[in-house]
Amino acid sequence: MLYSEKVMDHFNNPRNVGVIDDADGVGEVGNPVCGDVMKITIKVEDDTLTDLKFQTLGCGAAIATSSIVTELAKGMKIQDAARITKRQVAEELGGLPPAKMHCSVLATDGLKVAIDDYLVKNGREPIAGEILSDNPNFDPHAEVADSEESEACDL
Amino acid sequence: MSDDSPRTVYLDYAATTPCDPRVVEVMLPFFTERFGNPNSLYALGRDGYRALEAARESFAASINAASPTEVIFTGAGTESDNAALVGISQAGKARNKGSHVVVSAFEHHAVLEPSHFLERNGFEVTQVRPRQDGIIHPEDVEAVVRDDTVLVSVMHANNEIGTVQPIKRLAEIAHAKDAYFHTDAIQALGKLAWDAVDLGVDAASFSAHKIYGPKGVGALYLKRGTPFQPLLMGGGQESKKRSATQNVGGVTAFAKALELCDEERDTETPRLEALRHRVIDGVLALPNSDLNGARDVPRLPGYANLVIKGIEGESMLLQLDNKGIAVSTGSACSSGSLEPSHVLLSIGLAPEIAHGSLRVTLGRYTSEGDVEYLLAELPPIVERLRAMSPVYQKMFGSGS
Repeated sequence: MLYSEKVMDHFNNPRNVGVIDDADGVGEVGNPVCGDVMKITIKVEDDTLTDLKFQTLGCGAAIATSSIVTELAKGMKIQDAARITKRQVAEELGGLPPAKMHCSVLATDGLKVAIDDYLVKNGREPIAGEILSDNPNFDPHAEVADSEESEACDL
Repeated sequence: MSDDSPRTVYLDYAATTPCDPRVVEVMLPFFTERFGNPNSLYALGRDGYRALEAARESFAASINAASPTEVIFTGAGTESDNAALVGISQAGKARNKGSHVVVSAFEHHAVLEPSHFLERNGFEVTQVRPRQDGIIHPEDVEAVVRDDTVLVSVMHANNEIGTVQPIKRLAEIAHAKDAYFHTDAIQALGKLAWDAVDLGVDAASFSAHKIYGPKGVGALYLKRGTPFQPLLMGGGQESKKRSATQNVGGVTAFAKALELCDEERDTETPRLEALRHRVIDGVLALPNSDLNGARDVPRLPGYANLVIKGIEGESMLLQLDNKGIAVSTGSACSSGSLEPSHVLLSIGLAPEIAHGSLRVTLGRYTSEGDVEYLLAELPPIVERLRAMSPVYQKMFGSGS
């Protein structure tokens, strides 16, 4: 299993690590039993993501996907950011090994949860839709290439 | 290893070892001028045959086999394990020995997978769990062996935590039920004085690349009279127990590698034990860290396995790799498998803890400086990863 140079760059020099104390939205996804937890905090102005910070417990891919999703989303309208796909994240990173594809789900899910948190806090309807990693059987390391299925973490 | 890393510190001797130059030296002629097939009758073949049998005699003497014919050379430790599990169980069953097999829960996959194969083919398999100390306790094996048990297989030393099992006693328990006893001694060979007669086992697996020999060379000790059905069928080499033209250079190297381990063990063991204690003490100085397996049980000299709570092992491994340090972890991610190490789970670790395991295995070329380098580089990495974790404070309270 080999990580791309871009994955290693984001793993070694993760962008936007930390917590925004006066965040407008917070998303936390994952499960320590499976080895991965991601927390993302966002600042929103006029429905635009002006700042994002993350904390991640996880493997190299989990950290790299978290990092790049904060870069991708910065400056985006929340409606667009909520539609960032795991495939986009993986492609941005120059690909991910098959066993690590689901790490990108964790990153996109974290962002979606944070966006919905912001909307609900402001009395608006959530827009993010299904949060894949909410499934108790979600496994960020299930071997999937392109399908949307998630394999069980048996623990 | 990143290209600009200041140095390379290899601390994963349980995974594999470099060939000792003295081993390479005896192996090289067999690639070129001494290339004869040991089964050919002409001079070149006879030369190969003599080298092959000299290696067998040397190997048999080292492990105190009753006869060199009890040593079968194979192509890998995995092959030896597979051959023992399947070959003895099936041949034993054919001799009306029953169809129950006992293995420990923390065997290498090279034993567990053939045990699952046996299950799919009419055998019943019972797994015995190690206790938290990392030891298979004899009474736990005694409780599950039965009159229809054909084979008991327990590894001599665990490949992840290095704990050494009471093989002599376990073999007696198997024999009391007329069952055969196999041990995967791949990690133990060379590091412990290994004596087939003293241990009383019927079969044992070995691998050359764990003891400074080449990869792709293994051996199976098979006590005379042990029922066995070969995996490889063909020209009838290795007393018809393992067909295939023998790897003469490889087994010559294997015998030499074992000879060197035997010669150097008395000085090497205390040296590695001292380094291991330094590793354990150094890592345990980190808050929220723990040793896997009890500290006071028998353990291979250079093996230490610890958990560093609240981090994920692959991240730690990659960051150590950036510093040129090669270690191993039992996290799910490290192997590309979905679950953390079955060995760590078997000794009672929770999965979220097992994800943060660190295996450090030291060997012939490990210096004190290497260990100090690891212990200097590790703490800031742990601190950084814990600081990046959204749950560390929540799960483990204060501490770096």
